[in-house]
Amino acid sequence: MKDFPYTESKDTRSGFGAGLHELGKTNPNVVALCADLTGSLKMDAFKKDFPERFFQVGIAEANMMGVAAGMTIGGKIPFTGTFANFSTGRVYDQIRQSIAYSDKNVKICASHAGLTLGEDGATHQILEDLGMMKMLPGMTVINPCDYNQTKAATIAIAEHHGPVYLRFGRPVVPNFTPADQNFVIGEAVMLNEGTDVSIFATGHLVWKAVLAGKLLAEKGINAEIINIHTIKPLDAQAILASARKTRCVVTAEEHQMNGGLGDSIAQLLAREEPLPLEMVAVNDSFGESATPDQLMEKYKLNEAAIVAAVEAVMKRRK
Amino acid sequence: MPQTAEIATADLKEIAAQVRRDIVRMVHAVNSGHPGGSLGCTDLLVALYFKVMKHNPEQFSMDGVGEDLFFLSNGHISATLYSVLARSGYFPVSELATFRKLNSRLQGHPTTHEGLPGIRVASGSLGQGLSVACGAAQAKKLNGDDRRVFVLMGDGELEEGQNWEAIMYAAHHKIDNLIGVIDHNGQQIDGSTAEIGGLGDLRSKFEAFGWHVLQADGNDYATLLPALEAAQAATGQGKPVMFIMDTRMGFGVDFMMEGHKWHGVAPNDAQLATALEQLTVGTVADY
Repeated sequence: MKDFPYTESKDTRSGFGAGLHELGKTNPNVVALCADLTGSLKMDAFKKDFPERFFQVGIAEANMMGVAAGMTIGGKIPFTGTFANFSTGRVYDQIRQSIAYSDKNVKICASHAGLTLGEDGATHQILEDLGMMKMLPGMTVINPCDYNQTKAATIAIAEHHGPVYLRFGRPVVPNFTPADQNFVIGEAVMLNEGTDVSIFATGHLVWKAVLAGKLLAEKGINAEIINIHTIKPLDAQAILASARKTRCVVTAEEHQMNGGLGDSIAQLLAREEPLPLEMVAVNDSFGESATPDQLMEKYKLNEAAIVAAVEAVMKRRK
Repeated sequence: MPQTAEIATADLKEIAAQVRRDIVRMVHAVNSGHPGGSLGCTDLLVALYFKVMKHNPEQFSMDGVGEDLFFLSNGHISATLYSVLARSGYFPVSELATFRKLNSRLQGHPTTHEGLPGIRVASGSLGQGLSVACGAAQAKKLNGDDRRVFVLMGDGELEEGQNWEAIMYAAHHKIDNLIGVIDHNGQQIDGSTAEIGGLGDLRSKFEAFGWHVLQADGNDYATLLPALEAAQAATGQGKPVMFIMDTRMGFGVDFMMEGHKWHGVAPNDAQLATALEQLTVGTVADY
């Protein structure tokens, strides 16, 4: 098992804020819109240095999506910022008609996704957003794993024409991917080559998969760990190549089983290479109030859950 | 037909009659669509596309830099927009025959998806057009583009809450290159707007939200054209402009002008014949 040294832990939302600020300097067409959560989204630096390109929309997310769609007409590249819940479910029809169906170049940037939002509870902990967004034709869906990757993804999506959903979160997590990484939309990242099982993880679960890999190595299990930062378009080639090698698959995500990464990979395997698969995800449940770590343990989204899923799936391997 | 600020009112009326013929023929051909609101808004769209707006039908560009832009929020009156776009040169008039048919660019509600020139955003699910128009108007300001953005909404559509988010936003951000138009016909699918939604005193509401408000008859060029002049003159003064346009649903076809019945019903063969008898033009140029 490879080692992944890191010197600091940071929140992924700060990676977004840093990437957005960088874009402010390099791309004059980038504009930012926020629905009264500038501090939470780490958009303050952009707001301070590029005030003429920052638009405070207030607590009016539906309007924000429409205004963003309109700003693309004239060549602007709007980045909208609010919590993941208010970036998706609250405004699904606005995204569907004014952005996705209209092929508008809007970047929907969503923080505080999943259980790790913590104490605010289930009203704010969306676990369905990846599913809603990936169902929209033409929508690109990205869930990076740490600060560096979120910053790189934020910069990369400005160069991609078309609607993008970029999902990140609130908690401080190990910042272990390279600062100078070349983020390629739709290209899976091999973290550890292995032979016994393929672990496909996204977002905060990527680091949990790394921790699980170490525990598995101690048990003599050689896990292949791949970071699927882009849920749509899915890197089918990388996923199938790994699955054909290891013959069993575990998926891991901070999302419902229905509609998430595991769902996408299950569809792919069923069509191309039916193999045993276990999903580490929330099983048809809302979240609740507690600390992020408590919730990740209770809802079985941690390294122990991944190890258990690996052991279960390896028993099913033929 | 000429597209010039100097176009005679008689010519606008002639175009409007031809557009109304297109509308009733289009909805009759597929036995579906929304003739009532389409007929009521015909005079406005003809005025905008043939007299008021600076635009470039021959070379449609999505960004529309240097052009006036029009957004249709009440997308169900698509037949009017399609006819006016075709007759002002965005695409062949013959394409109107494909309205609502398989593989057509003229979908039931307008969309950019099939690449129809003249359409810049999809609409149909109500309440979204004003927000989009606000964004487009702000993009114009960022680009140093001094042209204007027009957006048409239904009056019943104002029951959608997103509109009120946008109404507050436009005034707060001083989007004064934006002209909203309300198709104030007092009707919606289930009955009158007074009965269904209780719109109340729209003028006072918009004024309280910080808009410059005008109101005039939208089915009479003698009042409509001066109102559009006044609306444009009111731009650039720190406030968005709202034109409450009093119209009659079904205007131009007598039996379609009563109540809300013709919101979403197509005429049968005999009704079409009657309608076309009433919509006379000097030289019929049906598609």
